[in-house]
Amino acid sequence: MSRISGVFAGLKAEGRAALIPFVEAFDPDRETSLALLKGMAENGADIIEVGMPFTDPMADGPTIQAAGRRGLLAGATLKGTLALVAEFRAGNAHTPIVLMGYLNPICSYGVASFCQDAAKAGVDGLIIVDLPTEEADLVLPDAGTNGLDVIRLIAPTTSDERLPKVLAGSSGFVYYVSITGITGTRTASAEDLARDIPRIRAATDLPIAVGFGVRTPEQAATVAKFADGAIVASALIETLAREDADAVLRDVKRLSAGVKGARAA
Amino acid sequence: MNSVLPNSLRNGPDARGRFGEFGGRYVAETLMPLILELEAAYEAAKADPAFQTELDYYLKHYVGRPSPLWRAERLAKELGGAKIYFKREELNHTGAHKINNCLGQILLAKRMGKTRIIAETGAGQHGVATATVCALFGLPCTIYMGAVDVERQKPNVFRMKLLGAEVVPVSSGSATLKDAMNDALRDWVANVRDTFYIIGTSAGPHPYPAMVRDFQCVIGNEAREQLMEAEGRLPDVAIAAVGGGSNAIGLFHPFLDEEAVKLIGVEAAGKGLETQEHAASLNKGRPGVLHGNRTYLLQDDDGQILEAHSISAGLDYPGIGPEHSWLHDIKRVEYVGVTDAEALAAFRLCTRTEGIIPALESSHAIAHVAKIAGHMDKDQIILLNLSGRGDKDIFAVAQHLGVEL
Repeated sequence: MSRISGVFAGLKAEGRAALIPFVEAFDPDRETSLALLKGMAENGADIIEVGMPFTDPMADGPTIQAAGRRGLLAGATLKGTLALVAEFRAGNAHTPIVLMGYLNPICSYGVASFCQDAAKAGVDGLIIVDLPTEEADLVLPDAGTNGLDVIRLIAPTTSDERLPKVLAGSSGFVYYVSITGITGTRTASAEDLARDIPRIRAATDLPIAVGFGVRTPEQAATVAKFADGAIVASALIETLAREDADAVLRDVKRLSAGVKGARAA
Repeated sequence: MNSVLPNSLRNGPDARGRFGEFGGRYVAETLMPLILELEAAYEAAKADPAFQTELDYYLKHYVGRPSPLWRAERLAKELGGAKIYFKREELNHTGAHKINNCLGQILLAKRMGKTRIIAETGAGQHGVATATVCALFGLPCTIYMGAVDVERQKPNVFRMKLLGAEVVPVSSGSATLKDAMNDALRDWVANVRDTFYIIGTSAGPHPYPAMVRDFQCVIGNEAREQLMEAEGRLPDVAIAAVGGGSNAIGLFHPFLDEEAVKLIGVEAAGKGLETQEHAASLNKGRPGVLHGNRTYLLQDDDGQILEAHSISAGLDYPGIGPEHSWLHDIKRVEYVGVTDAEALAAFRLCTRTEGIIPALESSHAIAHVAKIAGHMDKDQIILLNLSGRGDKDIFAVAQHLGVEL
């Protein structure tokens, strides 16, 4: 069982959903990213999503775009991001790390070497935004060989007929992009989720995590009622830009409480 | 149309939208169903004679097609050597080839029942052409334009606004064309149900590169017929400037299977191919993935996209249409570089000898003609795509010549 599947199996036994906070690598510098990874794992993060900075993040809103720019200015490279994960992994064997980013830096690195090096660094899964199922054969074989989960995005525009096709070859969990839009903008309502999540459940046994527009402990709790995981990114990046890493960790703790209390309420 | 043979170079793309290893559909899942819907709608339109009839009507009566083929005798005399013909796309309504594609796409948008149009623009030519067809059909229109370009292309910004478009300055990233395209894609993701994205060049996810090419092939098809009428034969060389590559692919495509016709694409070499300031993705880039397609890109060792540079805002893009990448790899088209300085000299040469002020984009192609014409025989023929008029560029040119307007 992969580290990701293990976490979801454990949470299922506990009867709660996962909190999946996001860190953009090297935003605003490497030390802060490393401190956030360690601190998030200690403050209630069940899985951590790490953004790989890219100059042209076409699915991301202004907040993550700015974070990526800061990361690049601080010297982020794909190699540097993998080294960051490796350093975190040396002190934490249990919290899964999922890398999220765009295809071009991975192609530039070489898909096969990237998958090998990512697995070696202790990465558990990949979310590649601009790799739809139609092009996924570029990455699936190497990811599979190296035991990396390839986590697929499902959108409100993904039809029931299309779901099985999109889910083919996916593992770890399913990332539900709960709105049509870019990251950190609109928020899906409880009614939206009550309608959408069962539709995906009918098509897969994989856990379903919800992202895009999840900002507060209350929203995370709403998501946790319907789905198996809540992904929070832009809100945390804003806290980091406005305050500091400690403030982010306080947010993570509150979000974690929101997720944990969701089904008890 | 010429018949297309099974082993023709004109058969691409394949079912996955690829020209060789280039092209494809590298978009987020939110957009993927839309891309598939667009592909199906375009295939249906292509198969419907009524669609082509409607497009032909607008091309003739609104754009003013066919555009003339002009024998540039004074220019040829000055250069010595080959005969030179201009395919005069600069005489189209709105002053460039861009309108051919915009009309095709907006007619498709109407067929699909879309009620809102978005587009990206660099210099503003595609933005103006899009705003124009939106005014013609009464559709609301939002144009994304890099904040840097908004500042350096004020006349076109004003034109777009007069035509009723909303112009959104994009300040993310480098605030130029590639960032405008990112924001247009972000808009599309957020407004998937009612919005049609009119991409201005033969790039982006499948089916855009093929669709834009098809709408621009009117250039090469007309030129071929007109040249047969004038000279009774095909050209020895067909030449066009390439940024994203839509005017070039429109000229080249009908000649791809004619082995005797040498095809030359001219990239913007900016301050020189040996510098970091150019837009020569084929000569100096390497394959990667951006804006939905695999193609040659200017990028650093980490796969981060680099800034392009050209005196011509229309060539100032770090990628190129995927079909050009393929034609480059199989060596069917030769891609060369022309610097800012050479383009400026050609701009003046053409204006002085032919009384035609060419766009700085087209001036790149003219500059290469100036390099090769003198080495060719008097009975040889060069066909050049004069893709746009240069009125929009007089401010930039004046600045480079040290003239204050």
